[in-house]
Amino acid sequence: MITPQFTAIADHALLIEFATEVSYGANQLVVALDRAISAESIPGVKEVVPGMVSLLVDFDPLRVDHERVEAAVRERLTEAEPQLDEGRVHTVHVCYDAAFGSDLSVVAELASLSEEAVIAAHLAGEYRVFMYGFAPGYAYLAGVPERIQVPRKAVPVRGVPAGSVIIAGPQCLVTTLEMPTGWSIIGRSPTRILLEDPVRPFRFDVGDRVRFERIDAAAFDRLVEVE
Amino acid sequence: MIESRIRVAHVGPLVSVQDAGRFGSMRFGVPASGPMDRLAHAAANVALGKPAEAPALEVSLGGLTLECVAGAVTLAVAGGGFAVDHEGRRKPSWSVFTLDSGQRMSVKAGEWGSWAYIAFSGNLHASRWLGSAATHSLSGLGGGLLTSGQELRVTEARRAPSLEGAVPVPELAAALQRARVVMGPQERHFEATAITALSTATYTLSAAYDRMGVRLDGESLPLRSALTIPSEPVVRGSIQVAGDGVPTVLLADHQTTGGYPKIATVISNDLDQFAQLRPGQNVGFEPITPREAVAHARARHEDVADYLETLPNARSTLTHRLRGENLISGVVSASDKSGDGSER
Repeated sequence: MITPQFTAIADHALLIEFATEVSYGANQLVVALDRAISAESIPGVKEVVPGMVSLLVDFDPLRVDHERVEAAVRERLTEAEPQLDEGRVHTVHVCYDAAFGSDLSVVAELASLSEEAVIAAHLAGEYRVFMYGFAPGYAYLAGVPERIQVPRKAVPVRGVPAGSVIIAGPQCLVTTLEMPTGWSIIGRSPTRILLEDPVRPFRFDVGDRVRFERIDAAAFDRLVEVE
Repeated sequence: MIESRIRVAHVGPLVSVQDAGRFGSMRFGVPASGPMDRLAHAAANVALGKPAEAPALEVSLGGLTLECVAGAVTLAVAGGGFAVDHEGRRKPSWSVFTLDSGQRMSVKAGEWGSWAYIAFSGNLHASRWLGSAATHSLSGLGGGLLTSGQELRVTEARRAPSLEGAVPVPELAAALQRARVVMGPQERHFEATAITALSTATYTLSAAYDRMGVRLDGESLPLRSALTIPSEPVVRGSIQVAGDGVPTVLLADHQTTGGYPKIATVISNDLDQFAQLRPGQNVGFEPITPREAVAHARARHEDVADYLETLPNARSTLTHRLRGENLISGVVSASDKSGDGSER
């Protein structure tokens, strides 16, 4: 069992770091601790935020302090047993047509593969939600196969539409807002991550698994309407 | 039901609707947003006898001019030292007055401060997202950024001359010289000179200042190696340092995670006053221990409750409630979503 490092943040939070580099194992420990705290809440804790290999616990300093929260987290840590296959599985549709996947040809060139082979590799990936970050609903999916892993662009591209399916290194993301990005745009999804449902406003939980399913432009148009 | 309709005659950038904030969704990439100066926002509401967390307008240095189209409404302005005008008459920058039908009022950059708040006696209609009218400026989700020509609606609008007058400016709003910080969580990634510089050098707020954060000019904070760390959760007040050694203090609409090392975090006590500094103004940083930071948070909570109680129109029940809950870090809002406004 990895012994995590606890660090006090300002007057109201504690950061628990499991590793100094991104790894699947460390993220599993983050997800397990997140679930352990959610199963048995800590008095005075307001919210818990998973990162790649760390967890932030934000608390009310009027009720508790760093020491008390650390002791409570340590109790839950011993109960946190990572289980590799838990978490829901979501299907996310992607249309890889040239109109949407503007960087597909560049990725193909960098990977020395055909565009169809890049698509096949992307579809073959097993993805897991490592964390949300950057902007509302930006879920970082780890699991892009090594043969299509490409670096970020030197200069971000502006005005990338919401729903874009983008990749950088081992990570994939379905955007929710029109934003600049330095990641490669390989397709577009009609599957919304921000839901109108007040009970479940975001499609994924951290730790969930995602598989991509290819659709054509006609299906894209139809699904965009439904979503 | 009496409704007041108010036209936005002129509006600068980054003028938005804000309630106390949208809490509990950082795990989905959503920061709390809410007012840049939480105390001033609460003061504007409480000066009208309203709940401290109710939706109000946040005015940037770009300014705002409102014109009452129909239905008079009494309003409160608070925050910084802005130039407040009502039909050509100068008002105190913290004050309550009534805007009658056909009248105009404006809030413009004044002697000091970056953000001012306008609360209305009545229910300001604002769209909500995840239960809050706070505007996330990057996406525009929530109550939204104000646009020229837009019409605001205040239902159950009250004309309340008895509430009019100056609102006392709290000592808690005095100009900030040094912001207190707790070091870390990545101070180990910095050169010793960086640790010394942070606590001894003077930094200047740059023009790169919005609701997400502000970049500082001043002595470089060199990293031991040009590195990024695995993306980890960040908070309002985090001081992140990019590879060029330039620090950025994250504010209300901060990204929820980041891969730049953080040298220190500004304590919540000092963030309201920090946000009221303007580009070009100086600030220093004073490291304190986490235990001291918690003690300061508890003391400030009492000071804030004491101040809000002095406001002439504060309801006694309200201030009693504030004593028991943490206004500043938002527990009030998280547990009580009954503030006014409407679902769209």
